[in-house]
Amino acid sequence: MTATNPAIDVAGLTKTYRARHREVRALDGLDLTVGAGTVLGLLGPNGAGKSTTVRILATLSLPDAGAAHVAGYDVVRDAAAVRRSIGYVSQKPVTRSMDTGRENLELAGHLHGLGRRETKARAQRLLDAFGLTESADRLVRTYSGGMARKLDVAVGLVHSPSVLFLDEPTTGLDPEARAELWAELSRLAGDSGMTVLLTTHYLDEADRLADQVVIVDRGRVVTRGTPDELKDQLHGDGITVDLPSVEVASLAAGVAARVAGLSEVGVDGRRLRARAASGAGTLPVLLAALEAEGVPVHAAGLARPSLDDVYLHHTGRTFEAEMAGVAA
Amino acid sequence: MSAVTHTLMLTARASRSTMRIPVFAGMQIIQPLIWLLLFGQLFKSVVDIPGFAMPGSTYLEFITPGVVMMTAMFGAAWAGSGIVEDSERGVMDYLLASPASRVAIQLSSLVWFSVVAAVQALVVLGVAWLCGARFAGGLPGVLLMLVGVVLLTFVFAAMSNAVALLTRQQEALIGVSQLLTIPLMFLSSAVMDTRLSAGWVATAARFNPFDWAVVAGREVLGSSPDWGLVWGRLGLLAALAVVMTWLATGAFRAYQRSS
Repeated sequence: MTATNPAIDVAGLTKTYRARHREVRALDGLDLTVGAGTVLGLLGPNGAGKSTTVRILATLSLPDAGAAHVAGYDVVRDAAAVRRSIGYVSQKPVTRSMDTGRENLELAGHLHGLGRRETKARAQRLLDAFGLTESADRLVRTYSGGMARKLDVAVGLVHSPSVLFLDEPTTGLDPEARAELWAELSRLAGDSGMTVLLTTHYLDEADRLADQVVIVDRGRVVTRGTPDELKDQLHGDGITVDLPSVEVASLAAGVAARVAGLSEVGVDGRRLRARAASGAGTLPVLLAALEAEGVPVHAAGLARPSLDDVYLHHTGRTFEAEMAGVAA
Repeated sequence: MSAVTHTLMLTARASRSTMRIPVFAGMQIIQPLIWLLLFGQLFKSVVDIPGFAMPGSTYLEFITPGVVMMTAMFGAAWAGSGIVEDSERGVMDYLLASPASRVAIQLSSLVWFSVVAAVQALVVLGVAWLCGARFAGGLPGVLLMLVGVVLLTFVFAAMSNAVALLTRQQEALIGVSQLLTIPLMFLSSAVMDTRLSAGWVATAARFNPFDWAVVAGREVLGSSPDWGLVWGRLGLLAALAVVMTWLATGAFRAYQRSS
């Protein structure tokens, strides 16, 4: 495969799950291209189709329609060749808890056809890289969440795959463990020329790790680009004003709608959101208008566009609200 | 060739999970002995009923092959719990997305449960011998009985694995082991000569794979085996073992389709 061919190429992927009396359309004509040696962040709420996409690409699930190629091989017709080329780290732990870290790594190496000496050397290198050497010969069930997740990623890497799938690699980790794993991942992805497809709930994770971001919603791609391109599409800064109650917030939205230079005015609970080409110039005008109408303000903020704003812009929902809905 | 190495590596892994819980490994040895000594005492005097098989032998000698096969079947019926556990974690998905062959994943479970059942069988035989039971079949008899143990394990472990792959629920396995294996155990000559039971029990036993193993085991341990009966029963078991293993390996496709 030459470098000009995409490492992952997906066209019109469709998948419907049939539960007893209802059908759930998980993918609805998804298209995706990932260039060799790049990191793609697949972003979207639960049920958007992220995991289904990864499962199909890793040959674990069959699409109803559409075509997908990974490392140049068709995921349905040439599944065995795909399996030799990929590393797959699912949302759930891929290690056996009654085996040690080293045993899990060495088994993975052997299953991928590496020789005994090669496997030992690579396992040791990965244990060192992920700071797991001291715990290498302890059972995985004694590992902390962060250590176990690092081991999962190491297992996915032991045979130096040309394409690595990471399905929510840092979900459930504390911020410190997450930051550590990010540091490892960006170093590894940078060094190896490996292609990485990463699904995530965390916008800052995609911002930090991904060369390209694809936002999916309801089984379709809603937008794609580099994190910077996506933020630049939004033209201008985000303004937020926190108000004492939901009623006051909708009153404030009425006021904001009449302020020149503000666009995309919306209310999200007790928070007023809007965009402005020049946030620093427009925010004082908005605050003055609110004061003139006697609307009390708790706090106000101004921010360069974030991926959260991109997400809101394309799906009509904020990422935080989406996650809160999932947790509820 | 790689299918063989994969099978060996995955079997070694299965052995680690058992051996690392010594209490569990110990229970697997003690359980069959409880059956042997409990049933041996409970039904001690049935050998005195006129018409009971094997005149001149003790009830302990009669039930030893029954307990050996019972242990193998009960153990094998739980084989699927390893698959349920692996699919609750991401381990099964990892294996299926790796070059590991499906046959190797399936066989490693069957092989490991066969090893456990063979060890249990030898312990049961040894304890029965210490309690005074004698087996005229000698070493060739014991080896042929172990063939029966392995074939029976393949049949029930493959069935358990197939159920596990299709349902991915521990509860479904409870169904297999409670609703299926216990009636099969009593619809056989494991603890009672079926000629003394209701006529339909003897008829049912002839179609019961568990009874095939018990009959073959008892014959080969005895002094004058009916070789036609032995090879017939072992042949049926072997054919069923092949079919069940093939079905259980095919169940990976259903697993893939439903996920």
